[in-house]
Amino acid sequence: MIKMKDIRKTYPNGVQALNGITIDIDLGEFVYLVGQSGAGKSTFIKIIFGDEKATSGDVQVAGHDVVNMKRKEIPYLRRDIGVVFQDFKLLPTMTVYENVAFALEVVEETPKNIRKRVMEVLDQVGLKNKARFIPDELSGGEQQRVAIARAIANYPKLLIADEPTGNLDPDTSWEIMKILEEINAAGTTIIMATHSKEIVNTIKRRVIAIEGGMIVRDQHRGDYGYES
Amino acid sequence: MCVTSIEVITAMRARTFKRHIREGLKNTWRNSWMTLASVGAVTTTLILVGAFLVLLLNINHIAENLEEDVEIKVLVDLTANEAETASVGDELERLDNVKSVTFSTREEELERLMSGLGDEGDIFGLQDQENPLNDAYIIKLDDPTQTVAMAQEIESFDHVEDVNYGEDFVQNLFDFNAYARNIGLVLIVALLFTAIFLISNTIKITIFARRKEIEIMQLVGATKWFIRWPFFVEGMLLGVLGSVIPISLLIGGYYYLDQNMSVVQQFDFITLLPFSPFVWQVSGVIILIGVVIGIWGSVMSVRKFLKV
Repeated sequence: MIKMKDIRKTYPNGVQALNGITIDIDLGEFVYLVGQSGAGKSTFIKIIFGDEKATSGDVQVAGHDVVNMKRKEIPYLRRDIGVVFQDFKLLPTMTVYENVAFALEVVEETPKNIRKRVMEVLDQVGLKNKARFIPDELSGGEQQRVAIARAIANYPKLLIADEPTGNLDPDTSWEIMKILEEINAAGTTIIMATHSKEIVNTIKRRVIAIEGGMIVRDQHRGDYGYES
Repeated sequence: MCVTSIEVITAMRARTFKRHIREGLKNTWRNSWMTLASVGAVTTTLILVGAFLVLLLNINHIAENLEEDVEIKVLVDLTANEAETASVGDELERLDNVKSVTFSTREEELERLMSGLGDEGDIFGLQDQENPLNDAYIIKLDDPTQTVAMAQEIESFDHVEDVNYGEDFVQNLFDFNAYARNIGLVLIVALLFTAIFLISNTIKITIFARRKEIEIMQLVGATKWFIRWPFFVEGMLLGVLGSVIPISLLIGGYYYLDQNMSVVQQFDFITLLPFSPFVWQVSGVIILIGVVIGIWGSVMSVRKFLKV
């Protein structure tokens, strides 16, 4: 699914965010990405979905050669990847339904398929009965579930979640984790950056720890490993 | 099998196209305050551009009419015999830039003078005296702006006594005409740039308000053109909306002018360009300028947000 070879990233201001990362992540894996703020987690994620370009090295994501990719090919990479953020990134003027349908309109899906698929994914995240609500009328957990529904609408092979529970209370966080686990069980690879010791230590999965732009630990069924 | 897949693709494109138009309209409506501001900017500019166009094209038209009437009268020496007079005519014919040469005998000249004076002419009793006038050639030029130079050249010919062409009037007319054209062009270009600047700025604010939408579109894999199209439609719409008032003013105003100028018939050399097709042509130009600057403004603004 993801093959990274000696990836380095130096920002124009001279900050070296990544200092030679080599890693393989297979289809269907669930990976936690841990490490302190500024360790390079975000850059790692951004390189995977084409938001930042690596300075050197080689990255293959779902069959796309991300490093040598032209700008106009990036949209097609993103159609194979679902992304979920801490701040949900929903459009406040659109209903829940429209927010999810948006992702399918962009790939020029037929209206019939859009209707079918939107209700399908809303059902999957348990929000079928809130399709007509706007984001402000929902709780934080529900908003994150809408964002997840949008992210998986295109049947992505890979779901990236950048601190998806960062803004949520513990109970709600477990709900989100349950949904992510279900998505992973259905075969989607998940990479989740997190600061939550409880989650990592309870739902045991592969843990990749990044420090100073390098992988300092890669452990199956690992622990969070930091005092939080 | 192949045919059906092509049909599916074409159908998709048509649907997407409809979607872009729908989105463009929706956005224009959603941001109604910004829309109003942009349309206001386009309207102001187009009113000014329209007024200048009408003024300039009419000045040009009047000037061309007057230029048509400019002629040089070459007076042949009183002492010249028939052959010498004819040779002056031949020489004039041979000149470049001469459209027509008409010979007018001294008798014809006298008659014209008399009829110009009307009844009063009789009082002078000119027909009883010896005719004091010269034989004359009246020439018209292909390029009337060369009148002064031509007149000077002709004056040096043999057997030419004098050359008349209404020196001051002609020179002033040409000077004014050239002046008006240049100033008008500079003003129009300056106005257009101001308008593009205003529109691109206003649309930039509209887009700024929607930068989150664009960011999310890019996140879920929208191509650049997919993002651009609705703004393209919006810009075009702003241009069209902005040209509604200027065109109405143009049609109403020009109709009024057209009706009232015909009353002032003593200035028969001041004839306006006829209402139709002139008004429709200028309307077309106005709407075209509106659409072009609208699209230009929006595309320029989207570029920034797409990090091209």
